[in-house]
Amino acid sequence: MDYMTLLQVLDTTVRLAIPLLLACLAGLFSERAGIFDIGLEGKMLAAAFLSAAVAATSGSVWVGLLAGIGASVALSLIHGLASITFRGNQLISGVAINFLAAGMTVLIAQSWFQQGGRTPSLTGAARFNPLTLPFADSISEVPVIGPAYSELISGHALVVYIAFAIVPLSWWVLYRTRFGLRLRAVGENPAAVDTAGISVVGLRYAAVIICGVLCGIAGAYLSTALQAGFIKDMSAGRGFIALAALIFAKWRPWHAMYACLLFGLFQALELRPDIIERLIGIRVQSQLLSALPYIMTVVILAGLGGKAIPPRAGGEPYVKER
Amino acid sequence: MTLMTKFLGAAAGIALSAGAAFADPALIFDLGGKFDKSFNEAAFNGAQRWAEETGGSFLEIELQSEAQREQALRRFAEAGANPVITTGFAFADPVSVVAPDYPDTKFINIDGWMPEVPANVQLIGFQEHQGSYLVGMMAAMASKTGTVGFIGGMDIPLIRHFGCGFAQGVKAVNPDAKVIANMTGTTPTAWNDPVKGSELTKAQISQGADVVYAAAGGTGVGVLQTAADEGILSIGVDSNQNHLHSGKVLTSMLKRVDVAVYDSMTAGAAMETGGFTTLGLAEEGVGYALDEHNAALVSADMKAAVDAAREKIIAGDLEVVAYYANDSCPVLDF
Repeated sequence: MDYMTLLQVLDTTVRLAIPLLLACLAGLFSERAGIFDIGLEGKMLAAAFLSAAVAATSGSVWVGLLAGIGASVALSLIHGLASITFRGNQLISGVAINFLAAGMTVLIAQSWFQQGGRTPSLTGAARFNPLTLPFADSISEVPVIGPAYSELISGHALVVYIAFAIVPLSWWVLYRTRFGLRLRAVGENPAAVDTAGISVVGLRYAAVIICGVLCGIAGAYLSTALQAGFIKDMSAGRGFIALAALIFAKWRPWHAMYACLLFGLFQALELRPDIIERLIGIRVQSQLLSALPYIMTVVILAGLGGKAIPPRAGGEPYVKER
Repeated sequence: MTLMTKFLGAAAGIALSAGAAFADPALIFDLGGKFDKSFNEAAFNGAQRWAEETGGSFLEIELQSEAQREQALRRFAEAGANPVITTGFAFADPVSVVAPDYPDTKFINIDGWMPEVPANVQLIGFQEHQGSYLVGMMAAMASKTGTVGFIGGMDIPLIRHFGCGFAQGVKAVNPDAKVIANMTGTTPTAWNDPVKGSELTKAQISQGADVVYAAAGGTGVGVLQTAADEGILSIGVDSNQNHLHSGKVLTSMLKRVDVAVYDSMTAGAAMETGGFTTLGLAEEGVGYALDEHNAALVSADMKAAVDAAREKIIAGDLEVVAYYANDSCPVLDF
């Protein structure tokens, strides 16, 4: 495999890993606070729809992004209301959100645009266009580093750089701030946090809102950067792969990034069966590659390669003792 | 239990069909969704045209999950709809199970195949490989790099059938041409994953492809979009998709599902059933699209060559091998 092909595969890896990474970090915040969230998929889908719809009508991708985040946060709040305030089952609430998003997006899209559950195609400023980083053209002639910089690092949508910046930011917030300590504590032992006089409900709501914002960016990236409009069910299971990545990363931000890049690499390789055939000499079924993330997650869950322990209070509504 | 439901279903069917002498036809869309700008939408357009011309009305449902197939069929049959038209190969099995329970209802399935066709079922198929052959010729003539791409939706024999016809058309024009074929996936989500369609297109472009043919339902929207963004040509499928990116879509392989649905609804309950109908180039069931959006891309030579091949296929002088013939393609490895 020559160097340029390698760069192209890595380039695809980055593009495909970004929605996974954002959704995975979203799940990280929520689950670290003790709220399991299998509604990542639905939130991404709702955000993908509303950001594309608003970007199409307003002509500005930024207004679209805000609308997408709004849609996702609204669904997060529904999840919060059901599972924090009313202490309902978090899994059921998450499933309900997935169904709600899958149905409502198509229904509203059809009623607004009459294009069969799609949004109009976005052009120009209504889309996140690729950014060319400074000097990308001038140093592309430099061997090895030049093409890597101009092909792989430069030329992505702004959201990609934001997503990578959110990784250290998440680590810092979770491990180096008072808020982060409390957030992690509320997922491990909410009673202790309550005893210290800190609001468990408030912290958990903050976590699901952060989750909503990140899912919103992920959804907007799908429909306004990778694509030029919304199509029904376009999230295509990425929210679930993100959940698998979260378990694979054992609920840690840096590892979440590695896991998502790895899963993104699998998806990228699945697109290039010719490369795998040249590398290892046999033809690998593409189905195997698309199933790999799940297989690896099951292996991790089975206790091979270190134990994956979820936050202890995860999935349980907090009831104050009386 | 099964016997019991059968009896109950049959009893209900008889009771209802008695009161439904002037039955409305029913149309069931497959999982790709009614407005996929492609296969199902073509079916809807045919039904719509029938409704407008005759002033009649039809029942319809868009499936949301695999489990609904049999349920939807029974629901319509019991509501007295006649004929019940289903789109998509995946309906063949449920139809063959349900049809014997409702002998007075005609069932029509587009794209399906069953070993024995019940007396009240008619299967309508298309010679997709012939239409794909023609657009394959056009792709090879429009390509400058000598490499063209095929992107299928779900990996099923039908989609391989498209790809195989396409590859034969390409090779007929340029025997040295390279055809890169990819499938989006193996589950029904493969029909609605435009992001993956885009990335497959980019992957094919990096391998040198400069014309890509998408037979992938909603996923194809991503393929056509990326092809337009990256400045290469694309070929649409089923419906005329030339207008989606005017001047950047070389042509569309038309599969006149709309004609099949229109004709079936026009025939209504009197529809002849119990066999296969095959619509090919001769019946104008398949073809390629030419309109103001791609007029500048299709040269006179191209049109002449393709029309000549079309005549030859109709006359039987040129045979396009069907993938189904022995479950493999002579010129393309999937």
